[in-house]
Amino acid sequence: MTQPARPEQVSAMAREARLLSIRREAERKGRAVGEGIRPEGAPFPKASPETGYYGIHLLKEPQWSWEVPVYFFVGGAAGAAALIGGVAKLTGKDERLARDAHLVAAGGAILSTGLLISDLGRPERFLNMLRVFKIQSPMSVGAWVLALFGSTSGAAAFAELVERRLDIGPIRVLGNIAEGCSAALGLPLATYTGVLIGATAIPVWHHNIKTLPMHFGMSGLASGVSVLELVGNGDSPALNRLGIGAAAMESYVGFRLEFMRDPRVNRPLKRGLTGWTTRLGGILSGPVPLALRLVATASGSRRMRRFAAWSSIVGSILTRVGWVYAGHASARDWRIPLETHLRNRCD
Amino acid sequence: MSTSANFEIRHSWRTTAFLTDSTLCIGCKACEVACKEWNHISEDGFDWSGFSYDNTGSVGHSTWRHVKFIEGDPQPGKGGNAGDGISWEFSSDVCKHCEVAGCLEACPTGAITRMEFGAVYVQPDICNGCSYCVVACPFGVVQKNRKDGRAFKCTFCSDRQRVGLQPACAKACPTESIKFGEINELRTMAEERLRELHERGIEDATVYNPMDTSVGGIHAFFLLRGDPRTYNLPPKPEAPTIYLKDGWRSAGLVAGMLALGSLFAFLSTPARNSKNS
Repeated sequence: MTQPARPEQVSAMAREARLLSIRREAERKGRAVGEGIRPEGAPFPKASPETGYYGIHLLKEPQWSWEVPVYFFVGGAAGAAALIGGVAKLTGKDERLARDAHLVAAGGAILSTGLLISDLGRPERFLNMLRVFKIQSPMSVGAWVLALFGSTSGAAAFAELVERRLDIGPIRVLGNIAEGCSAALGLPLATYTGVLIGATAIPVWHHNIKTLPMHFGMSGLASGVSVLELVGNGDSPALNRLGIGAAAMESYVGFRLEFMRDPRVNRPLKRGLTGWTTRLGGILSGPVPLALRLVATASGSRRMRRFAAWSSIVGSILTRVGWVYAGHASARDWRIPLETHLRNRCD
Repeated sequence: MSTSANFEIRHSWRTTAFLTDSTLCIGCKACEVACKEWNHISEDGFDWSGFSYDNTGSVGHSTWRHVKFIEGDPQPGKGGNAGDGISWEFSSDVCKHCEVAGCLEACPTGAITRMEFGAVYVQPDICNGCSYCVVACPFGVVQKNRKDGRAFKCTFCSDRQRVGLQPACAKACPTESIKFGEINELRTMAEERLRELHERGIEDATVYNPMDTSVGGIHAFFLLRGDPRTYNLPPKPEAPTIYLKDGWRSAGLVAGMLALGSLFAFLSTPARNSKNS
């Protein structure tokens, strides 16, 4: 922000030049912008059934900070990693992958908890989340899922580390139980965030409530697969297959979002910064990794798989950030909650 | 202290409500002042909005009562206006204390509860500022105070009601535009007032109390002139819990796909050569 200079500091020539620049701006755009002036509102806003109350939006904007979309990404990846680890162990196909997956899941759980706590207005009261359980509040369900996921995936990772040094029966049994639990809890952890933002008063979110868990769940799977590939499992055929599946589903979701009906409510997903962010996120987590992975499968190129993994990770982060900020744009659109015929959900 | 009607001791709690009658409102903002003073609410900024005499805009964490100013075309007689002046409408907005309250359902800590007399109340000693209630309110009432870290909204003067006093705004209102009382009595009063206004030829008078949506009625209803949308009152507010069923069904479906998909991925591929493990 440049601070406008006080008149006495500016030469007479510069002030004359400024007048001319205002004139040019007005000629070019049909309006001029300046400190303390509201040209955007002209003609002056009124309160009416069509414009609402001076066009002031009646819904409040979300007040989450950057930690929340990042948590959506980390939590999704950690949940998917726990699931992959559990299945890899259950099927006995890949010991190394199972070990890595449980470490990734536990690390993700710790990071997720930290992100969520630092987003709170009163972080020291984070344990209040666990003073009640409310099935009707996705935030409450999510807090409990994350707490249990963190405990079980932490225990699983600890058991993995202990087993490397001394193989004791009871620890192996307890470790397997913890692994099973964390794999099972990874499923809700990777998908509930879609319900969390979908079950709100924000139009663009609740309008897409049926799509969001699918979108976020598949995005979580893709990022979980990608992180595991990048930490040294780039040659796992099962991960590649999962990555292809997730990218295909993300392509399908992105295609549906791009060509869906009722563009009014979904305008934040189409236009402006939030529109391009969600769109870019969709491309980077859908068609791009899908194509790269198919090429990698045909040619056996590890490099292509690495590119696909990075593309999925970046796409997944952009998707979450884009969706959260689309909610901000949607809350600011004062027209939507005043229109009755848009209130019907369609999908 | 003198005995007054306000000091009746209640043996059984009644569900209470606000009826805000805009046809009696003179836009004095006594309710805003009384609310801020009684509840020790901080200032809400000193910016000029340019929107009539309203420099606040909406209810929020630091504004629990908010007077809306609506300027209309000159219309002799409307709201007691002279011929050539603009016609005025004022309405004092407040938390609606919904029958099915989105904020209350969404609150993960149980900080938001329902009081004996039906108020929706944020317990300040429990709220941890997760701000999920902010996006759950279909009326845009509750808001987090970023400096304080917690969410705030109208308490329905729960502290006053518990000792038999009426809320500060209702007490300070000089024209009894803000009426406070038992909810069914006030509903009847609203109906009677509406009939009276219609008989007097004020045909655009309406009562705003959305009963046929998932919100299921509100404990702070409004008597207005004209379309409620002019006052930023949504025609069809919904408690966001109605979206849960679709959401969890979809999440369950995806969870199934993830579980079966990963089983398939591992079972359909050869075991990885684990010599490097």
